[in-house]
Amino acid sequence: QKVSVEVLDHLEHLALVDFRDSEGVERLHKAIQFADQLCEVNTDGVEPMDSVLEDRWCLYLREDDVTEGNCTKELLENAREKVEEYFVAPPGNIPLPKLEERETFLQSS
Amino acid sequence: AARRGCALWRRAGRPALGPFPRGRSAVACNVGGGAVPAGKSGLAPWIPVVGLEIHAQISSNTKLFSGSQVQFAAPPNSLVSFFDASLPGTLPVLNRRCVEAAVMTGLALNCSINKKSLFDRKHYFYADLPAGYQITQQRVPIAVNGSLSYSLCIDNKMSQMVTKTVRIKQIQLEQDSGKSLHDDTRSQTLVDLNRAGVGLMEVVMEPDMCCGEEAAAAVRELQLILQTLGSSQAVMAEGQLRVDANVSVHHPGEPYGVRTEVKNINSIRFLAKAIDYEIQRQIEELENGGTILNETRAFDSKLGCTVPMRDKEGKQDYRFMPEPNLPPLILYDAKSLPANMNHQQVINIDWIHERLPDLPSVKREKLVEQYGILPEHSFTLLNEDGLAEFFESVVKQTQMKPKKVIGWILNDLLSYLKQHSLTVKESPVSSFLLAGLLNLLEKKEISSTAAKQVLAELWKGEGKTPLEIVKEQKLELLQDQKELEQICQAVIDGQENEVIMMLLE
Repeated sequence: QKVSVEVLDHLEHLALVDFRDSEGVERLHKAIQFADQLCEVNTDGVEPMDSVLEDRWCLYLREDDVTEGNCTKELLENAREKVEEYFVAPPGNIPLPKLEERETFLQSS
Repeated sequence: AARRGCALWRRAGRPALGPFPRGRSAVACNVGGGAVPAGKSGLAPWIPVVGLEIHAQISSNTKLFSGSQVQFAAPPNSLVSFFDASLPGTLPVLNRRCVEAAVMTGLALNCSINKKSLFDRKHYFYADLPAGYQITQQRVPIAVNGSLSYSLCIDNKMSQMVTKTVRIKQIQLEQDSGKSLHDDTRSQTLVDLNRAGVGLMEVVMEPDMCCGEEAAAAVRELQLILQTLGSSQAVMAEGQLRVDANVSVHHPGEPYGVRTEVKNINSIRFLAKAIDYEIQRQIEELENGGTILNETRAFDSKLGCTVPMRDKEGKQDYRFMPEPNLPPLILYDAKSLPANMNHQQVINIDWIHERLPDLPSVKREKLVEQYGILPEHSFTLLNEDGLAEFFESVVKQTQMKPKKVIGWILNDLLSYLKQHSLTVKESPVSSFLLAGLLNLLEKKEISSTAAKQVLAELWKGEGKTPLEIVKEQKLELLQDQKELEQICQAVIDGQENEVIMMLLE
């Protein structure tokens, strides 16, 4: 079963992944095929597993004491642009243009 | 990308409608049963349906998954750890206090606490969400199936109150995002991550409400409960309590209509306005043959209307997945308490339940029972921060019956404070002074008119005692029978003509 162009386009919008060419799409199909093997196992009446530790470990709980923060300078070193002590970002999300308006190999599929 | 109700949000385009649409259809919430408003003549009535999604910031020293401090209005990006900034190689570590806050809140709202709850990732891109996902509890939240009771006045009369209940679908723990400041002139967004990662409790209410007034009353009661528990300070103005309303209308007997989500509501008063406006807008639209879009709208408080929020992205797909870095959250009760575990790592639901403070509804009942005041009085006492304590303090210090004291508290004290925008804590008249004044009145040393005069003088806060003011202004009541007779006789003697005229009439 092939994944439709609409779904591939939807994935590119959601995850900002670029399938780039037919090889990329084929890799996706192989990955789905590989994961589909899970469906061969009968899991009727079996609860999904959240953690290999099952009931043995509960999540570590931290005390409510201040131990971090106060490193504005270090954090801002990573920023390409900054204004005073703010990170600078574009005015809003710049969505991927629609399929028809993009130069992507998906168009020709 | 998800559009959230950030107070600094900028709107696209002009509002579609001006303030309140003309020719309003009457929407009266039928307090007895559901809402069955009267439509325009000849048209079927409409039933509005209102559900709320409330985000309450947890009152804690540090964030949900990191040890950064939680504080309002700190220098930008000063309360941000490497994890909050989503730098690679960092991991979430759950804050015990946040879990306790959620359990307390769940118990106070009559929820079932899930002894095992899970964390998930909700993915979307936005500049103030550095990881590209929010850690939340989508599959199995910490608390489910609760209820919240609240009271409403019928017809604006305080004397007739009715109790309503709204079902709580669930309460979940999740991360807050950072803050975006939009700079339109330079076409950029400034991002401050101080708030990113702060713990939130999302309280999801079922659509059991039918109008703005009900929603406002429910939120007000929730606010009081959270403040009593201390799990959240719930101050809407500081963004500690954010409310989004889901609104739709339909005809009786028909399926629910398309709903819109209303965001950017900054006060309880605006919540009622926004919901009522949206109900009217939808009714008008439908009665004029239009349709309702499943969209997100922002409330414009200046214009008093809701406007569409630009959303080029279409329907959101959050691609939920289990948070791989966090195993399930296990809570215990007295029965299931493990024997050999470090008690700092154990949260006992029963232990928390035993230590819950009296909720507002219980406090009100106690006030009514103990002091013989009316239920509506107890509402006003609890509605004003510190007023109930002030009242009880005065009652302790005076012989005057609580039923009489309450009048002085609610009519005189409260109206003065409101007039001068003062809180109870800022009152120039202390409970000691007021009690002293009421004692003079009770002992019949002054009349009630004189008492009001003394009170007016006490407001000046010049440090004089009631007794000093009474002496200064010679307001003492004469108790001597003979002296009173002499004065009366003198008055009659001096006004013989008027007395004769009176007797002849």
